[in-house]
Amino acid sequence: MKIVIVGDGKVGSTLAEQLSREGHEITIIDRSGVPLQQTGEDLDILCVEGNGATYATQLEAGVDSAQLLIAVTASDELNLLCCLIAKKAGAMHTIARVRNPEYVGELPLITDDLGLSLVVNPELTCATEIARTLRIPSAIKTDPFANGHVELLKFQLPEDSPLAGRTLMELPGLTRAKVLICAVERGEQEIAIPTGQFRLEAGDRISFVAGYRDAQAFFRQIHLDTSPIRQVLLVGGGRIAYYLSRQLLDAGMSVKILESDLARCEQLSELLPKATILHGDGTNEKFLMEAGLAQADAFASLTGIDEENVLMSMFVRKACPRVKVVTKINRYSFQNIIGTLDLGSVFNPRYSASNRICRYVRAMQNSMGSNVETLYKLLGGRAEALEFRVAKGSAVCGVPLQKLRLRENVLVGCINRGGKILIPSGQDTVEAGDTVVVVTSVTGLSELDDILEKRK
Amino acid sequence: MNKRMIAYILGAILLIEAFFMLLPLLTALVYREVTGRWFLYTLVGAAALGAAAMLLARPRNKTIYTKDGLVIVALGWVVLSLVGALPFTLSGEIPSYLDAVFEIISGFTTTGSSILTNVEALSRCMLFWRSFSHWLGGMGVLVFMLAIVRLEGGQGIHLLRAESPGPSVSKMVPKMTDSSKILYSIYLGLTLLQIVFYLAGGMPLFDSLCNTFGTAGTGGFSIKANSFNAYDAYAQTVTTVFMILFGVNFSIYFFLLRRKFDLVFKNTELRWYLAVIFGAIALITINVAPMFSSVGEAIHHVAFSVASVITTTGYCTANFDLWPEFSRVILILLMIIGACAGSTGGGLKVSRVAILVKSAHADLNRLAHPNAVKSIRMDGKPVSHELVSQVRSYFLMYSLIALASILLVSLDGYDGSTTISAVMATYNNIGPGLGMVGPIGNFSQFSALSKIVLSLDMLLGRLELYPMLVLMMPGTWRRR
Repeated sequence: MKIVIVGDGKVGSTLAEQLSREGHEITIIDRSGVPLQQTGEDLDILCVEGNGATYATQLEAGVDSAQLLIAVTASDELNLLCCLIAKKAGAMHTIARVRNPEYVGELPLITDDLGLSLVVNPELTCATEIARTLRIPSAIKTDPFANGHVELLKFQLPEDSPLAGRTLMELPGLTRAKVLICAVERGEQEIAIPTGQFRLEAGDRISFVAGYRDAQAFFRQIHLDTSPIRQVLLVGGGRIAYYLSRQLLDAGMSVKILESDLARCEQLSELLPKATILHGDGTNEKFLMEAGLAQADAFASLTGIDEENVLMSMFVRKACPRVKVVTKINRYSFQNIIGTLDLGSVFNPRYSASNRICRYVRAMQNSMGSNVETLYKLLGGRAEALEFRVAKGSAVCGVPLQKLRLRENVLVGCINRGGKILIPSGQDTVEAGDTVVVVTSVTGLSELDDILEKRK
Repeated sequence: MNKRMIAYILGAILLIEAFFMLLPLLTALVYREVTGRWFLYTLVGAAALGAAAMLLARPRNKTIYTKDGLVIVALGWVVLSLVGALPFTLSGEIPSYLDAVFEIISGFTTTGSSILTNVEALSRCMLFWRSFSHWLGGMGVLVFMLAIVRLEGGQGIHLLRAESPGPSVSKMVPKMTDSSKILYSIYLGLTLLQIVFYLAGGMPLFDSLCNTFGTAGTGGFSIKANSFNAYDAYAQTVTTVFMILFGVNFSIYFFLLRRKFDLVFKNTELRWYLAVIFGAIALITINVAPMFSSVGEAIHHVAFSVASVITTTGYCTANFDLWPEFSRVILILLMIIGACAGSTGGGLKVSRVAILVKSAHADLNRLAHPNAVKSIRMDGKPVSHELVSQVRSYFLMYSLIALASILLVSLDGYDGSTTISAVMATYNNIGPGLGMVGPIGNFSQFSALSKIVLSLDMLLGRLELYPMLVLMMPGTWRRR
């Protein structure tokens, strides 16, 4: 698919990388040649220098023959203008990033009246992801599948867990909850799509598929504390903190926000009358304790400075191990190192935004041949969870899973049959009309039949 | 430096060369020439070596950077030439390996300078390979590789940039593979068109093929001793037109195909290119008209020579070495200007000349109005200061290397116009020069040192200095 991206910033370049790796033809427009040069050297894409909101530049970038334009420059208004012009120039779909909280209420209006396909707000998307994680505090990360009927959850196996040292075959003896472990990370680099003989170790970061209830039950049975979260402490009163607080307050939690800028504190207190706003520096240990860290159930470091967030989260993990920790990191590099640090759940707003857009692109492509419904990048992009709709006549239909010759490192995680969720065992079959979730470390699957071993 | 990746791509280049050696082999089969067996041996050897390199070196880390790209391209061309020269020497048709290497470098770099005293003595398969090397070298063997192999990420751009001529190289479409495919499709399309035109004029198929390869790559190896005098005026006119066409930036054809005519009209380089051609034809015609029986004939031959020289092809109809000094100097200047960037031609490239002239003009202007701010524009867009300074430093480097080469070649003790034009003709990938290396002469009498220097000049000129310079820089190979 031909896609034009306007704005070669953080989200723009992340998107370009993800989409070009998925085989799309990407053209990126930016006003300055400096970031373009770097991006053009790193990726197999076309770079155009110029103002992306002008008709001439858009034509130069080939918007007239593109299926999609994504506007992710720093300015909301410019993004909207880009999309309007692109509509005139002939792009079929347009996506704009709109991040100003003042526009949030009008997003549906903007989307419909201006004819946009999707409006993405990175901070809002990220806040929603964080809020979802706080719903199931034992998990480091959750991703919804099958319209939210199933979740892919990740947790770290503690030292004293009854699961440590057991193989996956023994799992049904330990818990009655219907869960399927589909990926295990160990150490810095190692990723396994496990088989029945796989032995779990303490410290493994385990991803599994389950429904919400089963996940709760599973955590209870393996003695991972699941007491619901009531008190949340946020450090940094930026946009994410604002969106997150609103969602948490709506869910009935109590929220405390620590912010070092007095003017912003006053603003927040107007916007969020139910939240407690504290003025002070969150990087001060004493102030953190005084703010009631020990009594909180969850802690989120959301300042604009990655280093501060990392330090605060590490401190909280050490000082109050009971508290669920969420860390926001803007930077994209050093993923491996960040993965090994004890930071609780790590969120990256631009990753959230680009994931959201990628999901839309996949859905678009879906209507154009490939049948991937949703796709999540797991474990820093080294594995994927894909949701496929099963077409009639697929080679996997009607054959018990244990008899299918699957490729290595591919696992069928869940079958959704008309809203009923099956966590599959070897005897289950896949039928036409189902959607199935496949977890794999092989990237680039586009058809369900790709999960089978290729016949020579 | 990623040595495994370098070896891997060199292996791929050898495989591609082996594949293309099937063509002269086929020629040998058609004309029942026994010398064709040397192509079989060479291609089997090259294929085995290439496959072994690709299998053994199979790199885990496929990342390459700008420097690796330059080294790959430079080494690739050296390997290509060293292997491509083997059939000539093995078959004994060009006994000296150094001569054979000179000849094939002249082929791949689309120069067209020959050390052969009698071209027609060569067997047909050898003649075919010699001409075909122009075609392959014209668009570039790595560009061909990029059309069929997909490199991860944007790494192909390093190879494209190192191999394609011009001050700033960019892709036409987002994907490298598609870009290369488009380039080769345009190239192939124009080539076929020219063959059809030749055949329609009654030229034999073998001659049509060889002459087209020479024109398409702007090479200029002729299969006749007296170059294009052997053909009629129709064939000469077809050649004139196609030489000019192949000297145009290929993205112009892409724009035409995409019906973006405004981009074609706005193109500064195309305008300058055509202006220089017509200007030179007019000036030289006035100068040489008395030497021909009619003005029409004069224009015919002058147009052929001008097109041949500015596109750096090097075919001849008239012996321009006998023309008045004024015309000869114009021709030397045309040699230096060369064809458009992104074409198959050599030389300094019209766009660089345009940027140099415009920046010189801007500097002059600044003397009169010290506070004037004036941007240099190409294709209706301002040119960045960075690009201007890059072009200037390229020109400086280009001149220094030209001077050094002239100094080295002058050791042979030939006259000034022979020495200078020999360097210019090889360095700018033209072919014939003036004096002893003029249209009817050849390069056989130079010493071994001069032949090596001129061979390097051809590679330097074709790859636009930097790849070869990086290859020869000791720092590139030093382990830190």
